[in-house]
Amino acid sequence: MKPVNFDYYAPTSVDEALDNLAELGYNGKVLAGGQSLIPTLNFRMARPAALVDLNNIPELAYIKPTSDGGLAIGTMTRDSKVEYNPEVAKRFPLLPEVMKFIAHPQIRNRGTFGGAIAHADPAGQLPAVSVAMNATMRLRRKGQERTVTADEFIIGPFMTVLEPDEMLAEVILPPNPPRTGSSYKQVSRQKGGYAQAAVISVVTLDDRNRCKDVRMVLMSVGERPILSQKAREILMGQEASNEAFRAVAEAAATQEADPATDLHATADYRRSLVRVLVVRSLTEAFDRAKRGG
Amino acid sequence: MTGKVFGQPIPRLEDQFLLTGTAKFIDDIEIPGMVHAAFLRSDYAHARIKKIDYSAALKRPGVIAVYTAEDFGDYWRPGPLQVPPPTAIKGSQFNARPLVPIAKDKVRFSGEPLAVVIAESRYIAEDAFDDIIVDLEPLPAVVDLEEAWENKPALVHDDLGTNMAALVKQERGNYEEARAKADVVISRKILVNRNAAAAMENRGFVVNWDEREQEMTVWATTQAPIPLRNTIAARLGLFENQVRVITPFIGGGFGPKIMTSQADDVLLPWIAMKLKRPIKWIEDRRENFLATTSERDQVHYAEIALTKDGVILGVKDVFYHNTGAYDPYGMTVPLNTQTHTISNYRVPSFYTEIRMVFTNQMVVTPVRGAGRPEGVFVMERLMDAAARELNMDPAEIRLKNLLEPNELPLRTGIIGQDFVEGVLDSGNYKANLQKLMEMVEYEKFRKEIQPALRAQGKHVGMGIVCFTEGTAVGPYEGARVTIGGNGKVSVATGISTQGQGHFTVFAQIVAEQLGVKAEDVNVVTGDTAHFHWGAGTFASRGAAVAGTAIYNAAVKVREKIFATASKWLEVPPEQIELGDGKVWVKGKPEQFITLGDLAFRANPTRGVIEPGVEPGLEATGYYGPPYGATGAGAVAMIVEIDPETMELKIKRFVIVHDCGTVINPLLLEGQVEGGVSMGIGNAFYEKMVYDENGQLLTASFMDYLMPQATDMPPKIEIGHLTTTSPLNPLGIKGVGEAGAIPTPSAFVQAVEDALFEYQLEIPESNLSPSKIFEYVQKASKKG
Repeated sequence: MKPVNFDYYAPTSVDEALDNLAELGYNGKVLAGGQSLIPTLNFRMARPAALVDLNNIPELAYIKPTSDGGLAIGTMTRDSKVEYNPEVAKRFPLLPEVMKFIAHPQIRNRGTFGGAIAHADPAGQLPAVSVAMNATMRLRRKGQERTVTADEFIIGPFMTVLEPDEMLAEVILPPNPPRTGSSYKQVSRQKGGYAQAAVISVVTLDDRNRCKDVRMVLMSVGERPILSQKAREILMGQEASNEAFRAVAEAAATQEADPATDLHATADYRRSLVRVLVVRSLTEAFDRAKRGG
Repeated sequence: MTGKVFGQPIPRLEDQFLLTGTAKFIDDIEIPGMVHAAFLRSDYAHARIKKIDYSAALKRPGVIAVYTAEDFGDYWRPGPLQVPPPTAIKGSQFNARPLVPIAKDKVRFSGEPLAVVIAESRYIAEDAFDDIIVDLEPLPAVVDLEEAWENKPALVHDDLGTNMAALVKQERGNYEEARAKADVVISRKILVNRNAAAAMENRGFVVNWDEREQEMTVWATTQAPIPLRNTIAARLGLFENQVRVITPFIGGGFGPKIMTSQADDVLLPWIAMKLKRPIKWIEDRRENFLATTSERDQVHYAEIALTKDGVILGVKDVFYHNTGAYDPYGMTVPLNTQTHTISNYRVPSFYTEIRMVFTNQMVVTPVRGAGRPEGVFVMERLMDAAARELNMDPAEIRLKNLLEPNELPLRTGIIGQDFVEGVLDSGNYKANLQKLMEMVEYEKFRKEIQPALRAQGKHVGMGIVCFTEGTAVGPYEGARVTIGGNGKVSVATGISTQGQGHFTVFAQIVAEQLGVKAEDVNVVTGDTAHFHWGAGTFASRGAAVAGTAIYNAAVKVREKIFATASKWLEVPPEQIELGDGKVWVKGKPEQFITLGDLAFRANPTRGVIEPGVEPGLEATGYYGPPYGATGAGAVAMIVEIDPETMELKIKRFVIVHDCGTVINPLLLEGQVEGGVSMGIGNAFYEKMVYDENGQLLTASFMDYLMPQATDMPPKIEIGHLTTTSPLNPLGIKGVGEAGAIPTPSAFVQAVEDALFEYQLEIPESNLSPSKIFEYVQKASKKG
C-alpha cells in the first residue's frame, strides 16, 4: 500500500497550474484534497506519472456572492468551509444539510468542494447536489475557459467532460427563486459511509402552493446522479400530495433508478429505498418551500 | 498507609504513555542499516506454481535480494503445528497441515506469499513486484464448506486425498434415547459468518542479527513472545538465550497475533543472518485482511429435544468448521464451539460432531470469542425456536433450563481446547438472568412498554440470551517479582500485552501484597530477556493465569520481606508491619527500614547469606490451573427498526456479567464494552466475504465495515455478580471475550421480535438492513 513513483508539481498560481497541466497532458493528475486520490494511489489502482497539487493556490479557495444572488465557490474550498459559511446557509440550506453526510469532519476539513465534484463518484453527494442545484462548472485550461452545467459535466462513473489538461476552477450556484424548499434523504450502512440510496429534492412553489419547478436527483443508484424526469412530469403544477409523491416514487424506483447489487445491499433493497426516500424527500422539500424555503 | 488498591477502579497506568503519544510501537523502531521487506502475494486462491522469475527485480536500484521458497533450501519446511490436537478424545481424527512460510509448488489461498523482496525502502520493494514474472496455473477453488467435505471441487492438499482436516465426535448421555423420549424435536440449519480481528494496529516484525554478539533481537507484535522465540531459535539452531523477543506497545491483538511460523517470523530472521542487515516488515491493511488469520464460518445442523413443558432432554449438533488452507492451531476453535454449545444449560444428553474442512481461504484461528460465540449462537437459536414452538416466553424457557449453583462444579463430559474435560467450576447462572430481567424491567417491557410502542406503530423488540465464557486455561504462566534498591517493585511476566491494561491490574495485585503504591510497580510483559517461561496472551487468561502467578510470586516476596526485616529489626516476623514502602516494628514506627534499604541488605557485598536463603527480595511464581475457570452472564438488547428502510437503532444494551473477583472495575467495564462493540460489529457490520473463486471481496475498510462509535447504543449498562472461582487463590475468571460471545445471539432475536408480525426466523449471525429486507420480503410472500 505504497504509491508508485510520481513527479510532484506544487504550483502557487492558477496560471502556473494550467501550464503544468498543459505540459503534462495525459500524464498529469490534479491533486485537490486527496481524500479519494491518495487511497487510490496507495492501492496502486491509479498510477499517474505526475501530480499537480493545487493546495498551494490560495486564489482557488473562496466563496463569493454572484451579481444575481447566487454563489461562486472556488474549487479548492474545503468542504467544512462550505458547511459552516453563513452566506451558504442563508442562500442554500441544502448544502450544510448534505455536508453532515459526507464522511467525517476530519475528511471534510481536507476534502474540497471542486475535488469531490470532479471525482464524479456515483455515490458522492456533491456531484449529485450540483446537479440538483443546477450548478454551472467553470472549466479552465491554458488560455481557454468554458462553462458547462453540472448535468453536462458528469458523464459516467468517475467520468467528466474534463480534458486531461483542464481543471474545474469554480462552481457557480444560481440563486433559488423565492418559495424554494430542498431536502436531502439518505440511507447508508453507517454514519459517514457510502449512501446505499439517496434522494435530493429542490422544489419551487407558486403563491398557490403549486409546483413551479422541481429538480429531484436520485443518488448512488446508478452510474451517475439521475435527474428525475418523472418528478417533473408528475409534479409540475401540482400541490403536495402523498398520492403524487408515491406516483413519483414508483416511477423513479422502477423506471429511473438503476441500482446494482453489491456486498452490502441488493438492487431490490436499494430500489425499495428509492421508493421510501423519494416520498420523504419530496414531502420535506414541499413543506419547506411552503414555509418560504 | 498505602490504601487498598486491589479491586479499586484506578485509571490505567499505561495511559500516560499512550495518550501523550510517547508509547513506542513497532514501526517506531529504527536501526542503522535497516532494510525493508515486502511479500509478493498470490492473486489466485488455488493454483499450481509453474515458475517465478525475479531476475529483473534484482536489477532495480535499491533492491537487495529476492527469495522464493526454492531459495530457502532445506530451511523451508512446514510448521510446526502451534497447537496439536488433543489426544484424549477417543476416535478423533486430525490431519495436520501446518502453515508453510511461503508457497512452494502450490498456492492454497489468495494472499499467500510467493516471494519476499528486500529493499532499501518499502516503496522500492513494492515497485519490484512489477518486475517479478509469476506463472501460475489456476485450479478450482474450494470455498463451500459442505462441498469441501465431499472433496469438491478439488483437494486443497493433494497428498492427503481428502479435504477433511478433522472429525471429532463427542457425546454425553445418549442423544438418540433422549430424542426418542422427547415431545418436541426441533432441527435447524444455522450459519455463523466470518469476521476479521481487525486490530487497530496491523502486524509487524523487526529483526536484528548482531554477528559479533551472535545474538538476535526481534521486535514483534505477538501475543505469544516466548513460543515465538522458541520456534525462531529452534529453526536457526540457536540457543533460546541467543534470541530475544520484545513486544513494544501493541494496538490490539484479539487472537491472530498469537500465530507463529508465518512468513515474517520464519523467513526474515534467516534472511537477516544471511544479509547481516536489520529488516523491518510492517503489515499493511490489505495484507492483514488477506493473510492474517481470521475466524468463524461454520455451518451447523443442530437439533434440540424437549418435553412439552420446555425441559431440555438433549441437543445434537453436527457442524462444518472452515479451517482455511491449513490447520496450524489444531482444533481449538471448533472444540470451543463444542464446549460452549450447551453453555450454562442443563443438557442431559449432548451429541456434537466437528467436521473440520480445508478450503482455499485464509487460515482460521481464534479471534475474540474463538468458537464460543458460534456455540452460544447455535444453542440460543435452538432455545428461541423451542420457545416459539412451545409458545413460551424466551426468558421463561431459559430460566427453566439454567443450571443451579448446587449443580456446580459440573463435569461436562466434553473435552475442550485445553485437552481436558470441560468443567463448569462455579457460577450462579439463574441469578445472572434474574438480575438482567430486573435491570431491563423485563415484565414491564413485555406487558406495558412494548405493547404501547407497537400500538403507536413502532417496531421495537428485545433479545435476551445467556452465555458462558470458558477462560483462564492452562498450561501455566510465570512471573518474577523483585524489589529494587529504589524501593520500587518490578514485575516481569511471559505474556504480552495488546491494550488490556495488564500494567495496571498486575500492579494492583502486587501493590496489595507488598504495601506499595500501584504506580511504584513497574510491569514488564513480553520481553524474553526479562522472563522467558510461559505460553502467551489468549483465551481470556492474562489476569487469571499470569495474574495468579504474579500473586504467587508477590506472596513469596512478602514472606522474604518479613524474614529479612526480622533479622535487621531484631524482632520476630509477627511483630513487623509492612506498608508505605517500608517495614517497622509494631507500635514503634520510628524503628523502620525502607524496602529499598532492605533490598540492598538482602543482596550484601560482604557478610553471609545463610544456607537455604536466596539473595534479594525477589521470587518467581508459577500457576497452572487444572482446567479453565468459566465466567458467565446474560444479555438483553432492545432495538427499533424502521420498517420502511430496515435501518436499526439499538435503544438499550444491558449485560450482567460474572467473572469472579474483580481486580479493577473500571478496566472490567472497558473489557466488557469492547467485547460488546465487537459483538455488535459481528452481528451487523463486519463480514468477510469470499467469492466462488476464493477471492476475498472485503480486503479494505471500504468494504469491511467496522462498527463506529455512532453505531453503538447510547450506553452499555453493565451489572456485576461475583461468584469467585475455586481454581485460583484470588477467585478470578477471565473476561476478555465476554461481550463478543452473546451479542450476535441477542441481536438476531431482537430483530425477530421487533418485526414480530412477519414471524421471521433468522438462521445466520450477520445481518444488514438489506438482509433483513430480504427476510421480510420472503416472509411477506409466504404470508
